[in-house]
Amino acid sequence: MSALLELEQVTAAYGPVQALFGIDLSLAEGEVLALMGRNGMGKTTTVRTIMRMLPLNGGALRFGGRDIARLPPHRAARLGLGLVPEGRRCFQPLTVAENLAVAARPGDWTEARILDLFPRLGERMGQTARTLSGGEQQMLAIARALLTNPRLLILDEATEGLAPVVRAEIWAAIRALKGQGISILVIDKSLKELRAVADRAEIVERGRTVWSDRMARLDDDTAHRYLGV
Amino acid sequence: MRFTGALPNAAIFVALVAVAVVADRSGNPYIVTLATKVAIFGLAGVGLNLALGYGGLVSFGHAAFFGLGGYVTAILASHAASATPVATVPFTMMGTNEMLAIWPVALLVSGLAALVIGALSLRTTGVYFIMVTLAFAQMLYYFAVSWPAYGGEDGLSFYVRNSFPGANIFAPLQFFAICAAALGVTMILVALLTQSRFGLALRAAKQNEARVIASGVRPFALRLTAFVLSGMVAGLAGALFADLNRFVSPAMLSWHMSGEIMVFVILGGVGRLAGPIAGAAVFIALEYLLGPVSDHWQALLGLLLILIVLFAPGGLMGLALRGRHG
Repeated sequence: MSALLELEQVTAAYGPVQALFGIDLSLAEGEVLALMGRNGMGKTTTVRTIMRMLPLNGGALRFGGRDIARLPPHRAARLGLGLVPEGRRCFQPLTVAENLAVAARPGDWTEARILDLFPRLGERMGQTARTLSGGEQQMLAIARALLTNPRLLILDEATEGLAPVVRAEIWAAIRALKGQGISILVIDKSLKELRAVADRAEIVERGRTVWSDRMARLDDDTAHRYLGV
Repeated sequence: MRFTGALPNAAIFVALVAVAVVADRSGNPYIVTLATKVAIFGLAGVGLNLALGYGGLVSFGHAAFFGLGGYVTAILASHAASATPVATVPFTMMGTNEMLAIWPVALLVSGLAALVIGALSLRTTGVYFIMVTLAFAQMLYYFAVSWPAYGGEDGLSFYVRNSFPGANIFAPLQFFAICAAALGVTMILVALLTQSRFGLALRAAKQNEARVIASGVRPFALRLTAFVLSGMVAGLAGALFADLNRFVSPAMLSWHMSGEIMVFVILGGVGRLAGPIAGAAVFIALEYLLGPVSDHWQALLGLLLILIVLFAPGGLMGLALRGRHG
């Protein structure tokens, strides 16, 4: 398998405050990689750097073999980086159908295929996003990212703040996506679910990659040491 | 704005046409002229709304495009009247008194100005954007004031209204029909545009720029396109306003005018298709009814504006439709 996404000793800063001190990351085509670490250790900053929303201070960033370290963010996204960001998830004043249409690019992922994955969205097409439940908004955010037909789907805390039953639904969808061979970079707090879905894991601590291996090799000691679980 | 909400928009347009027709039939040409002003100011507001309501671009310089459209009309018409060329370099360009020939020039000039002003202003956001657009418009205002060839501070008159094929443009209702048609066609085009992927992305970028970028869309290009189209619509409104008065002056380019266009939009409802028409109608009606009573009628307008902003952010249309989308 060739590397789809590669970060080598990436450093980045928010203004004068350095946030990443050396991130190494490698994600192969068709692989699900869990990016883990305690709160404030640099996971979302790493994602923002990958998405080119935060400039690189040093190191190398490649996607599909291409150096994207200097690309403007919209161009990086067009190369096939599909982000489901953390926080408020959708364009609130737009309807579900409009949220889907706004980002759609031609490819295998069509609206019909999306509605197979999230049938509930089909019943809400005419509603504005602000009237959806948290879980439905998250499904819509994932659907929107998929409709850009990305080569890599990045899920940043996709199940945060959702009810357990809705979380289970989102995880089922993520497993279904893995079953379809989609490359995924996933950030989440649930180690149990990550163990079930991820092929590999990378752990960041204080802006550095400190552990990287197959998920099956993540033992309880390591998890306790870096993740506090 | 959704097609399910097309009815209130159509209703406002139809009401405006009805007022003009009834006034004409009952022998009140002055009311027809007021309705024409509403159509023209409404058109300018529909233009600004494209940038302000859908794109979130608070332009305080749309008088620049309104005034340019007006000056293009007056300059071409005055040269046509004196049979002198407008320019001889790089080619000889004569004036014209045909509206259908004037409008494309007005659209082109205001569009080019919006392209330049937008490309520079859109590098800033928030209050800086407001100030930069204002500064550009004021530059054009002072240029017009100090340009004696076209009247300078006194403005420029042309004595015969420009002509339109098959229409008697001296009949108030016929000139109103031309302005209303321009407004109606523009409203349909804006409705289609805001429903298109471009329009959706523009509205999405207003809500969350980073998320739109993450979808692979560049907000700058979206906003510049919206700003240019918005300026062109304001330019067309300016061309019609010049023909209504057969006169242009630097006042059309001043910040008062920019403010008035913004008032039409806010009063009627930001991001509501027919909102600016409702806003312009209320503005003109207040001016007509209260103007003769007191010179300070705008104080009441100010009060109304404050009440709308505080208690009905959706404007008059939002108030009338409560919870529904117009």
